[in-house]
Amino acid sequence: MQVTMTVNDVEVTREIEARLLLVHFLRDVLGLTGTHWGCDTSNCGTCVVWMDGEPVKSCTVLAAMAGGHQVRTVEGLAKGAELDPIQQGFMQCHGLQCGFCTPGMMMTARALLDRNPDPSETEIREAISGQICRCTGYATIVRSVRWAAVAEAQAAAQVTETTESTEAGEIDNAGQPAEAVA
Amino acid sequence: MTTVHERVDTFHDNDQKPVGYGRMLRKEDPRFLRGRGRYVDDVQLPGMLHLAILRSPVAHARIVSIDTSAAEASPGVRAVVTGAALAQQNLAWMPTLSNDVQAVLATDKVRFQGQEVAFVVAEDRYAARDALELIEVEYDVLDPVIDARRALEPDAPLIRDDLDGKTNNHCFDWETGDEAATEAVFARADVVVSQDLVYPRVHPAPMETCGAVADYDAVDGKLRLWSTTQAPHAHRTLYAIVAGLPEHKIQVIAPDIGGGFGNKVPIYPGYVCAIVASIVTGKPVKWMEDRSENLISTGFARDYIMRGEIAATRDGRILGIRTNVLADHGAFNGTAAPVKYPAGFFGVFTGSYDIEAAYCKMTAVYTNKAPGGVAYACSFRITEAVYLVERIVDCLADELGMDPAELRLKNFIQPEQFPYTTKTGWVYDSGNYEPTMRLAMEMAGYDELRREQVEKRARGELMGIGIAFFTEAVGAGPRKDMDILGLGMADGCELRVHPTGKAVVRLSVQSQGQGHETTFAQIVAEEIGIPPADIEVLHGDTDNTPFGLGTYGSRSTPVSGAAAALVARKVRDKARIIASGMLEVSVADLEWEKGTFRVAGDPGRSVTIQDIALRAHGAGDLPEGIEGGLEAQICYNPSNLTYPHGAYICVVDVDPGTAQVKVRRFIAVDDCGTRINPMIIEGQVHGGLTDGVGMALMEMIAFDEDGNCLGASLMDYLIPTSLEVPDWETGFTVTPSPHHPIGAKGVGESATVGSPPAIVNAVIDALKPFGVRHADMPLTPSRVWDAMRGQARPPI
Repeated sequence: MQVTMTVNDVEVTREIEARLLLVHFLRDVLGLTGTHWGCDTSNCGTCVVWMDGEPVKSCTVLAAMAGGHQVRTVEGLAKGAELDPIQQGFMQCHGLQCGFCTPGMMMTARALLDRNPDPSETEIREAISGQICRCTGYATIVRSVRWAAVAEAQAAAQVTETTESTEAGEIDNAGQPAEAVA
Repeated sequence: MTTVHERVDTFHDNDQKPVGYGRMLRKEDPRFLRGRGRYVDDVQLPGMLHLAILRSPVAHARIVSIDTSAAEASPGVRAVVTGAALAQQNLAWMPTLSNDVQAVLATDKVRFQGQEVAFVVAEDRYAARDALELIEVEYDVLDPVIDARRALEPDAPLIRDDLDGKTNNHCFDWETGDEAATEAVFARADVVVSQDLVYPRVHPAPMETCGAVADYDAVDGKLRLWSTTQAPHAHRTLYAIVAGLPEHKIQVIAPDIGGGFGNKVPIYPGYVCAIVASIVTGKPVKWMEDRSENLISTGFARDYIMRGEIAATRDGRILGIRTNVLADHGAFNGTAAPVKYPAGFFGVFTGSYDIEAAYCKMTAVYTNKAPGGVAYACSFRITEAVYLVERIVDCLADELGMDPAELRLKNFIQPEQFPYTTKTGWVYDSGNYEPTMRLAMEMAGYDELRREQVEKRARGELMGIGIAFFTEAVGAGPRKDMDILGLGMADGCELRVHPTGKAVVRLSVQSQGQGHETTFAQIVAEEIGIPPADIEVLHGDTDNTPFGLGTYGSRSTPVSGAAAALVARKVRDKARIIASGMLEVSVADLEWEKGTFRVAGDPGRSVTIQDIALRAHGAGDLPEGIEGGLEAQICYNPSNLTYPHGAYICVVDVDPGTAQVKVRRFIAVDDCGTRINPMIIEGQVHGGLTDGVGMALMEMIAFDEDGNCLGASLMDYLIPTSLEVPDWETGFTVTPSPHHPIGAKGVGESATVGSPPAIVNAVIDALKPFGVRHADMPLTPSRVWDAMRGQARPPI
């Protein structure tokens, strides 16, 4: 069968088997290998991508079901050369080790910040509780998400203040949040 | 000796870290953050075929017949291979890392559920799995041996009838220590406490399962193998031996690896099947196991049934420790440990205490379960050893009515006793235990916690405080004592400085997430003064790195880290001679200051390492006898293991209504000697602590009486999520290793070793009002509930 969907803002049309999973469509057909596969039972969350802005486990979605929808993967998270604050946070706070769960974690975390720009530690832990990381013990992932939340709040404050021509915001010289741990 | 609380809240970029140790962001992160990591399953080669493995549905059966005709006719199928076909090429069996043999594909019998029986090669993943369904296997089901306690009974079914003359399920016996001396101290002790302990079978379950892409070129005879391996060089040599391929025609590539934890040390049948399939079809072949295959067939961990005994004086002086262990090694002895250490490093079970005598007797048996035996960040069985000693020390404290912290402090090996030879012959290189313990107690607010516990108990609330103090032994060899199938446990490192002063370091170890590309750049930077950003670290490719035994047992920093420091010093020594020529002074008149040689007494005259690199490759004169170039290679053979230590304190709350355990706080103070990158160390510790929560509270690979694996998916084998673990509180002390070139010790497994007893001790402490002295892991609500009602039972 033929399926057409938009992946990272690009429309793609491919001939596929009806049973093909979205995760395999992304990885094997489109070559977008940043999305991973880690279990047979939708427990691990390494395959999380967005469908119409909502995180889904792409091992549990048929590629055919994504037809006509907007799909976003980790490859579509950065804006060109500029990393998304979530990506910066994971680097700054050592939120990744082997990197295998990282794309899924970041997609969920980005979606969380989009609907809740100032999540508590508990809210972050609940948001990523459907995903498993074997390396980090989660604390640094929580810190990474908080880092991004603070960075975005400070960037927003700076924009506001610049617009109002007031004095500089609480941004240090490197443009990094001065304090980011909840 | 410094003692500092660790808080890692500062942020900076790497330009502020020109050389040396300290917090530095990881060089490898950008590719992972963009989805550009390259894992084995990401490898796509032109014309690549896909391999899937048919596995046994039963634990023990004779294979009567296999019919592959329907599978061969299935669309897209290129080949179907059985054990009989492999046997014709003498490839049906392969050696394990413990000098046993293991079936690549079963020929005579299947010996565990999930054992490899046949494989299909097809044009895509789906077609290969479709065809598996069409293979007809007739089994003559045999009684299985599931309970290790019954494996040696006279009427137990014989599992290993493939071994000549084998008449029972005995695998090996092993002992250490002095039985008579230990008997003597037990005879005169005021107090003897005995406790049966089970460390159940668990599984490392890295997020990336195991797999390989084999690409055999029949024209030039070269095999390229991308595989999920923690030991690419050792694997290459073993493939040369098993497959009969010349070693220089084998290239093993461990690309980015999605977690290892020991699971990726052994050679699995699937890797060999992929190689065979590529040779047979003439095409590249990919094999990636699914999660169930990973859980039911690859390297498990633990599975020790232990009796621990401890003898002491009435005032709490520990005199002796004795243990008897029954080890379940599954159907084939696939333990990945140095060959002279069939029980790994379990011999360190005397822990951190200065005692008079110790003895261990172990019997290992075969059962109808998956092979393996050392995995899951265990430091070659030190997890089991530390659990044993730290649990029975707590039992002794209970018997004596002493505080468990006080009992430990009273019995520690003292700093002036190092190097300390234990009663089982291990030479601890350095340690200073009391400050580490005191720091953990201070961070925890130990006395305040005890007061809180008294108040809560008065209200009927169940709060527990658990302590574990561990001494690890990491960084195998030396090679004269430690080898894997004859390959000595040493590691190489090569450093090349390019003409413009940039450098490339090639390691024999490789990363499964530990951050080698950063840490090793820092080690070299510290020695040679080139910024880490200018140092490329290459690893995981046998064609491009020097030989070495690989990354497991926390050995990268103790062994390869030493190699990296020493190779950099070797290059620096040459640079000094070249500098002496450039500055026209004798080498004795040069002073080194990270990256620059200065003339003593005339600091204005100097050359940088970059100047020297250019001269080394340039057209100008070099001092007499000095060759051009600026590079070196060494192989480092460690003189001893390194012995990190740590003090862990866990605080739990147990719900009296549901028996649910909540880890409220966890304080971990680690001493791994010199600290290279504190951020990475903290990450290693956090991960291990989470493993500990998993093992102590939820993880177990269980079997039913027929040998069906009950932990065959992540719905059944529970791994901690973000909701089951607290925000970790870490601290550190620094006691450098005296024999390591930079004083560093390994840290990768410390927390996995140290945390399970801390958590179990905390739960047992919480259950004290119920008179509970022990309950085995995993401490699930139902098992804790049973313990509260005086019905604690072993999990197996």
